[in-house]
Amino acid sequence: MSRLRAALTPYLLLFPGTLWLAIFFVVPTVVMLSLSLQSGDVVNGYAFTFNWHSYVDGISTYHDQIVRSLVYGLVSTVIQIVIGFPVAYWIAFKGGTRKSIYLFLLLLPFLVSFVLRTISWQFFLSDNGLLLGPLKSLGLVPQDFHILATSAAVIGGLAYNFLPFMILPMYVALERIDPRVLEAAQDLYASKAQTFLRVVLPLSLPGVFAGVLMTFVPATSDYVNASVLGGTSNTMIGNVIQNQFLVNQDYPTASALSFTLMALLLVGIFAYAKALGTEDVLEVAAR
Amino acid sequence: MKGGLLRGRGLQIYTWLVIAWLVLPIAVMILFGFNDTHGRYNTAWQGFTFKWYGKLFEIGDLTQALVNSLLIAVLTMLIAGVLGSLIGLALGRYRFRGSGAMNLVMFAAISCAEIVMGASLLSLFVTLAVPLGFWTILISHVMFSISFVAVTVRARVMTLDSSLEEAARDLGAGPWTTFRLVTLPMIFPGVLAGSMLAFALSIDDFVITNFNSGGTMTFPLWIWGATRVGLPPQVNVMGTLIFAAGVLIAVANALLARRRANA
Repeated sequence: MSRLRAALTPYLLLFPGTLWLAIFFVVPTVVMLSLSLQSGDVVNGYAFTFNWHSYVDGISTYHDQIVRSLVYGLVSTVIQIVIGFPVAYWIAFKGGTRKSIYLFLLLLPFLVSFVLRTISWQFFLSDNGLLLGPLKSLGLVPQDFHILATSAAVIGGLAYNFLPFMILPMYVALERIDPRVLEAAQDLYASKAQTFLRVVLPLSLPGVFAGVLMTFVPATSDYVNASVLGGTSNTMIGNVIQNQFLVNQDYPTASALSFTLMALLLVGIFAYAKALGTEDVLEVAAR
Repeated sequence: MKGGLLRGRGLQIYTWLVIAWLVLPIAVMILFGFNDTHGRYNTAWQGFTFKWYGKLFEIGDLTQALVNSLLIAVLTMLIAGVLGSLIGLALGRYRFRGSGAMNLVMFAAISCAEIVMGASLLSLFVTLAVPLGFWTILISHVMFSISFVAVTVRARVMTLDSSLEEAARDLGAGPWTTFRLVTLPMIFPGVLAGSMLAFALSIDDFVITNFNSGGTMTFPLWIWGATRVGLPPQVNVMGTLIFAAGVLIAVANALLARRRANA
C-alpha cells in the first residue's frame, strides 16, 4: 500500500501544474495548427478544409518581414555576444568580491517594464530629443539626421533589451572554469592568447549557447522594438502576426505565420546546436 | 605585467560603460517623472517638481491598469508558485517514467516565442468563444510562469540531502508531517525565489497579455496604448516606484542572506 503510494507521489505532485500546461500550452498549439488549415472569415465562421493556402499566401506576402526578422534577430544576437562577452569575462575573472554587485547592476533593467524601457529609448533618441537636440543645435549633425525609423534603431533596441540574458549564462560558464586549469595551461608554456583561445573560449561555449537560446528567439519574434523604434519601414514578422490576429482577425493567416515562425526558430536552434556539436541541447538549456 | 594591468583596467571601464548603457533609459524615465510640464507632452525639460508624485492616481484608467497588474501578479505568484513548486519537487526528488517528457514540455514552454504562445492561447479562446479579460490574462500568466518556478525549485531540491527526510520517517513522521516540518522548510528559499520570479514575469509581461486581454488593461498595455499620444508623467512616477521597490527587495534579500551566512 505504502509502496503504491510512493510510486504515485511524483504523479500526484505533477498533476495540477501539468494539467494547466496541457490545457493552456499544449492543446492551444494543436488548436492553432488546426486553425491555420481552416478557411472562412470572421463573420461567417471557419471550417477545417486542409487549406494549405494560408501558408503559401502568408509566406509569399510577408516574405520580406520573415527574412528581416531572421536577419535582425541574428545580427542583434551576434552584437550581444560581442558586447557581452568581455563584460562576462571581466566580472567572472576580475570581479573579485563585488561580482554579485556587478550582476545586480546588469539586471537593473528588468525592474522596469520592457515596453517602458523601449519607449524611454524612443524618447531619448527622438529627432529633437535629449541626444539629437543638443547635437543639432551645436551643428554637429545635419538637421535632417535621425536615428529612429532605421534598422539600426531596431537592432540596437533588440540588443539592448536582451543583453542581460546573454551576459548571465556566459558569466556562469566562465565563472565555473577552475583557475587551476588556467595555471596548468601557463605551466605548459601557453601564451595568454593561447590560453584564452584554447582553454577559456571552448569552456565558455555552453554559456554562449544558452545565451543565444535565450536571446535569439525573443529577438526574432519581437514586435515591440520594431513598432516603437522602427517606424513603418522596419516591420518584423511579429508585427504582422499581431496585426493579423488582433486587428484584421484573419486567424488562418495569422496562425499559419505563427507556425512558420515557430518552425523556423526550431530549425534554427537545432541546426545551430548541430553545427556547434552540442549533443545535449536540452541538458544545456535546462540548466 | 604592466600591459595586463592596463588591459584589466580597460575592461573594467568597458564594463561600467555597458552598465551605463543598460541603465540610461531608466535614468531618463526617473528624471522625467520630476519634470514640471504643463501641457499634454512630457518631452522637454521644464524644471524640477514633485507634483506628479502628488497627482499619481489622477488618471483613473491608468490607476485601474496598475491595480489590475498588481492583482494579476500576486495571483500568478500564488498559483504558479504552488503548481510550479510541486512540479519542481517531483522532478528534483523522484525518478519516474515520464519525467523526460515533462522536462521537454517545460523546456518548450520556456524557450517558446512569446508571440507564438500568446497567439495559440488566443486561438483556443477564440475557438471556444471564451470571453477575454482579467481571467484569461491570469490563465496565461500562470501558464508561462509555471515552468520558470518549477526549474528554480528543481535546482534547489537537487542540492538537498534526502537523508533528512528518511530520518524523519524513521522517527515515525507521516508523509504529510515530513513534508511540512522537513521538506518544505528546506526547499522554501527555492519556492520563494520561484514565486518572486513569477511575480516579476507577470507584472512585466506585454506580448502574451496583449493577445489575451480583450478590453482589460494592465500597466504595460496602458503604456503601449498611450505611446502614440504621449505618456503622462504619472507613468514615469509609477515606473520609478516599481523600480525602487524592486531595488529595495533585492538589497534587503542580499543583506538577509549575508547576515544568515555570517551567523
